[in-house]
Amino acid sequence: MYATIKGGEAAIDNAHQWLADERRGDRAVPELTTPQIYEQMGRAVDRVMIEGSLADPALAAVALKQAQGDVAEAVFLLRAYRNTLPRLGYTEPLDTRAMCLERRITPVFKDAPGGQMLGPTFDYTHRLLDFDFASCSEPGSAARATPDHDDPAVPVTERLVAEGFIEPEVPDDSQAVADITRESLALPAGRDARLQALARGDEGFLLGLAYSTQRGYGGHKIYAGEIRQGEVAVSFVPDELGFAVDIGRMTLTECQVLTPEQTDSDRGPGLARGYGLAFGRGERKALCMALLDRSLQARERGERIDAPAQDEDYVLGHLDGVRAAGFLEHLKLPHYVDFQAELATLRSLGQSASEETDDSNREDTA
Amino acid sequence: MSTVAPEADGLPGYNFAYLDEQTRRMIRRALLKAVAIPGHQVPFAAREMPLPYGWGTGGIQITAALVGRSDVLKVIDQGADDATNATSIRRFFARTAGVATTEDTSQASLIQTRHRVPETPLRADQVLVYQVPDPEPLRKVEPRQAETRRLHAAGDYGLARLALYEQVARYGRVRQAYNHPVLVNRGYLASPSPIPRFDNGKLDDNSALQLFGAGRERRVYAIPPHTRVESLAFDDIAWDTDANDQACSQCGSTDTYLDEIVLDDAGTRAYQCSDTDYCGRQQWGGVGHG
Repeated sequence: MYATIKGGEAAIDNAHQWLADERRGDRAVPELTTPQIYEQMGRAVDRVMIEGSLADPALAAVALKQAQGDVAEAVFLLRAYRNTLPRLGYTEPLDTRAMCLERRITPVFKDAPGGQMLGPTFDYTHRLLDFDFASCSEPGSAARATPDHDDPAVPVTERLVAEGFIEPEVPDDSQAVADITRESLALPAGRDARLQALARGDEGFLLGLAYSTQRGYGGHKIYAGEIRQGEVAVSFVPDELGFAVDIGRMTLTECQVLTPEQTDSDRGPGLARGYGLAFGRGERKALCMALLDRSLQARERGERIDAPAQDEDYVLGHLDGVRAAGFLEHLKLPHYVDFQAELATLRSLGQSASEETDDSNREDTA
Repeated sequence: MSTVAPEADGLPGYNFAYLDEQTRRMIRRALLKAVAIPGHQVPFAAREMPLPYGWGTGGIQITAALVGRSDVLKVIDQGADDATNATSIRRFFARTAGVATTEDTSQASLIQTRHRVPETPLRADQVLVYQVPDPEPLRKVEPRQAETRRLHAAGDYGLARLALYEQVARYGRVRQAYNHPVLVNRGYLASPSPIPRFDNGKLDDNSALQLFGAGRERRVYAIPPHTRVESLAFDDIAWDTDANDQACSQCGSTDTYLDEIVLDDAGTRAYQCSDTDYCGRQQWGGVGHG
């Protein structure tokens, strides 16, 4: 009896048992704890949180552990869990201007009020594999810069707005902010929905697309205006209180990129900006997001759209890693019914083709 | 197993049938709209389910939105109840909703399917839920969502007909072996999901409510009972159903969709019904098989 793809329940149970066994690995090696993951694998945790749309390092660590370090799988686990949580309300807009800075760089200015702070960055490290990590590595405690409150680091973009180079971004409270986790994303999308989609997007996909804009596919000259990283307060207005209370703090990375306005734009000369924001130290993600926020402004800025990164249908339609991985991997599901229908068609096409050949042979001989 | 009685009362820590009640209501509202406008794709805010996109999340969300404690659920993939993904989905609902499950088409009140329509005719008290990978029948001729919405609104299906015509011109027949688009209620063009052409006729004037869910693409659509469903075709080209000229090696049926099974490397083939429940019933007269 044919049973290659069938055989359901027992096979599934056995496969999952094997998976769990493999996850644990050699029992002689101590089991990984989730605090070890979120304390020592913070960048992976940050990525799982932003693509999973849930700011919870402990749960992201559980997801990474359960997924055996497979980031895409961990993102999926976190999203599916997030989805079952009740929606109590929306926090007040985060004030990144009041961020307690740990890192702040303004590559477009040699110096800026508030100064430059490198913070805990991989930049300027020599990527020499450090064999000490193969055993144990106990670094000394680090000296940390503390922000100077007398010299606040006002985002440099504000000065450029004041000088008239950038159009101010005026808050529009006339309509509710989109929530792409609660409503189907309709195209063309507003910037709110676009930024949400980019924030949840797969970093690898975003990186490749953002890079393509730098290589001339819909690109502009791009400047990183400002990157800031640090803690911000999260505040919420409970219905029963009617005023905002701080309910916690979270580390964020914010990035603003600047492009000189294109000549084919229908606006005047100046600078346009793109915006990126990621949980934790997701700096590459925030930067990619900012580049793509800018390239996707092509439609509203009346620019010529001729590259993938400017095409909203293309970018927003394909950036979600959970969706992409799911659909790609569904190829592993049985497809024998459609494939067989395909083969049957091919056979009948082959038959009619060979009949035609026979006919033409006959004609030749006749 | 034929019908399995409910065991538990759902999964601790999760709502009945996994989704919260607000989400279930949102999906039911989208479905009501879909039923009111047959064949029209209604956007809905698909949630991440604990099964991957592309593995039936649209169908699963419809089932999760509709399933009640008294329902009897059947899940098939490629016509078979014991396919791995069908098993996985059936277990998901047995676990999260604690509902009774069955392989018997006639016993089921709710049937979720991938790529097939059951051979056993459905009744008015049954709902058939299709898993749909791509709800947009115009995708191949126009990839842009904004544009396909306009084409649907204008009932402009010239491009879709042209694509079929090109197949006829090139191959002498329609090349589309499965997922052949249908006109629902003489209005909207819809994807029947990747069912073989053989099954297209079953969509027409069906007694059951047919619901289609595309989770990844965030669309639902519906064919209400006894709705006219026509495969997109030409008046002067006969519709070829891809009917078998073989009989099932197990039950002898000649009017069912048959799986082709390769028996050896020499290419010896046997045929048996793709609908495992129907095949068993033909063999054992529907008494206690399996």
